[in-house]
Amino acid sequence: MAGIPHDHYEPNSNGEKWLHRRLPIVGLLYDTLMIPTPKNLNWMWIWGIVLTVCLVMQIATGIVLAMHYTPHVDLAFASVEHIMRNVNGGHMLRYLHQNGASLFFIAVYAHIFRGLYYGSYKEPREVTWIVGILIFVLMMGTAFMGYVLPWGQMSFWGATVITGLFGAIPFVGDAILTWLQGGPSVDNATLNRFFSLHYLLPFLIVGLVVVHIWAFHTTGNNNPTGVEVRRTSKEDAAKDTVPFWPYYVIKDLFALAVILAVFFAVVGFMPNYLGHPDNYIEANPLVTPTHIVPEWYFLPFYAILRAFTGDVWVVIVANWVTGGIVDAKFFGVIAMFGAIVVMALAPWLDTSSVRSGKYRPMFKWWFWLLVADFFFLMWLGAMPAEEPYASLSLIASAYWFGYFLVILPLLGVIEKPLPQPETIEADFEAHKAKANGGAGATEATPAE
Amino acid sequence: MIRKITLSALAALGIAAGGGAFAAGGAGHVEDYDFSFEGPFGTYDQMQLQRGLQVYTEICSACHGLQYVPFRTLGDSGGPDLPDDQVRAYAEFYEVFDPEIDDFRAARPTDHFPQSGLENAPDLSLMAKKRAGFHGPYGLGINQLFRGMGGAEYITSLLVGYTGSEKEEAGTVLYGNETFAGGYISMGPPLWGDDVEYEDGTEATIEQQSKDVAAFLMWTAEPKQNARKEAGFIAVLFLTLLSVLLYLTNKRIWAPLKKKGITPGE
Repeated sequence: MAGIPHDHYEPNSNGEKWLHRRLPIVGLLYDTLMIPTPKNLNWMWIWGIVLTVCLVMQIATGIVLAMHYTPHVDLAFASVEHIMRNVNGGHMLRYLHQNGASLFFIAVYAHIFRGLYYGSYKEPREVTWIVGILIFVLMMGTAFMGYVLPWGQMSFWGATVITGLFGAIPFVGDAILTWLQGGPSVDNATLNRFFSLHYLLPFLIVGLVVVHIWAFHTTGNNNPTGVEVRRTSKEDAAKDTVPFWPYYVIKDLFALAVILAVFFAVVGFMPNYLGHPDNYIEANPLVTPTHIVPEWYFLPFYAILRAFTGDVWVVIVANWVTGGIVDAKFFGVIAMFGAIVVMALAPWLDTSSVRSGKYRPMFKWWFWLLVADFFFLMWLGAMPAEEPYASLSLIASAYWFGYFLVILPLLGVIEKPLPQPETIEADFEAHKAKANGGAGATEATPAE
Repeated sequence: MIRKITLSALAALGIAAGGGAFAAGGAGHVEDYDFSFEGPFGTYDQMQLQRGLQVYTEICSACHGLQYVPFRTLGDSGGPDLPDDQVRAYAEFYEVFDPEIDDFRAARPTDHFPQSGLENAPDLSLMAKKRAGFHGPYGLGINQLFRGMGGAEYITSLLVGYTGSEKEEAGTVLYGNETFAGGYISMGPPLWGDDVEYEDGTEATIEQQSKDVAAFLMWTAEPKQNARKEAGFIAVLFLTLLSVLLYLTNKRIWAPLKKKGITPGE
């Protein structure tokens, strides 16, 4: 693989040489596993492995669940109960899959915010970032359709509300809505296609994950300093890096074991904590639940969707400018998808030449405000659509867009960054001196 | 950093659960009754499940059904754990429709409990999971984290919570209830005290019967709870052990790089 200079796989035995000439698969695996990795990665670099494990776990449990599940409006709910009661280990499989989705999203949000803080999206890692956002969008689609499958009240009404969003698109909305639902409303055809797609999309995600890993193995990992690995020679590179195996494999496995211990505690002791009780009521098109709330991982974006009501001035202006084509509902849909699009555009919106937020004194504040804003939006998304939540949602949504569209471009111009360490090695040695205590801590500051 | 991650993970869990917790709101007062199956190590009380089955059979089943519950599961360990012959005898009390003979026949252990006989009486199989007794505060879901979802507490509170008042609305009599959302429920008070005679001599007060049937309905909603908690406990135990081993391995592997005075790569 291109990028950081390092020792590549050399076939030794005759057998290896024979295979290597025909299919260099061992070489590919070796180079992937032994890839030079910055030696100063902190604990926020563990989420990738957690996400990979989540994907594998969801596919493995999902395939078995699909063997016992029936995608039919009259049978789906009962078939889930059948899994919970009669299938050997079915209750564990189903709770692992259900809570696995939550772990997946906790990990992906941590992973994304890690990237936003340390500037992992910046040149030359834009493709990794964009592919990552695509994976995130596919994850949301997969999770949404998966939530419809048990055919509970929230499944049905969530599907009705979210597919309904596409109906807000001018001119072609109704046609798209009918096409998505496979009929005039959420019904058996919808359930069937959602089941089919819920089974398909994870494999597209697998494909994109391979591309994602390929991309950052080409550029090399980012690291907490944002300073690139020296590529001047193999020796220089070796001072900044360690091979992925065994250093990060063991470190990641340790983090994974801790996270899985918490995960199994949730699955074993409170598997329905993150779910909604209404989804244990079978879907009934004639009874609307008092509050329709999506799963927790959609709440921030759901809050943005609802924030732009007809009385907000930007909506009124948009409505007037477009001659009524963009109404409040469509504006909300644009805002919700726009919230993800602005994130995807971060590599080009961020004008700062400094990669890591560690050396950006002003950026830090705005970044942590964005994190707080995200959790605030999450909370608001679960609240009823009434005051004061509506106004607060609007403010919080405005900050989300403001961060990407105004603050990131501006900061690069007005901010005076702190000095960065010369090399990753210098940063690593400084940390080491600090950890070992004594005078060494003051000697090797990055400013030198 | 680890502390930071843990804190944010906890915060995420809390806020996440808030979504569900808040939205299911609207219910009235729910008393936090004690149940044997609460907490990570709580298990069902077999005697209580049997008493609850008795209350269900003699009172609730007149109108309500348990369509997802097969009779045979009454003999499962971790449940009421009735002996096989009792399960068979119990099933025979019920009549089920058999499409093969196009007629009703006595139920067998492999059949399910019948569905609700009354149109407006909801099925009770999952009742303890489709109601949450505890919410908040402020939509943060913290109460559910410490007190549980509160399905059984909700059912008990509802059965105990009749105020005695009645009102008529559109030709239907509604009964005052301090737990039911809106304060009035169309189900008349089903329990009056001593409605059943417990074999084990437990006094059949309204509260006792309510708790027993709520525990039984928790079991019908979550029949594998004991097995699940056990599996969870074993998983957490082994993963904790594995974490310790991996922590030590990781420390050992990195030690040469992080040791004082040694510059690696040279």
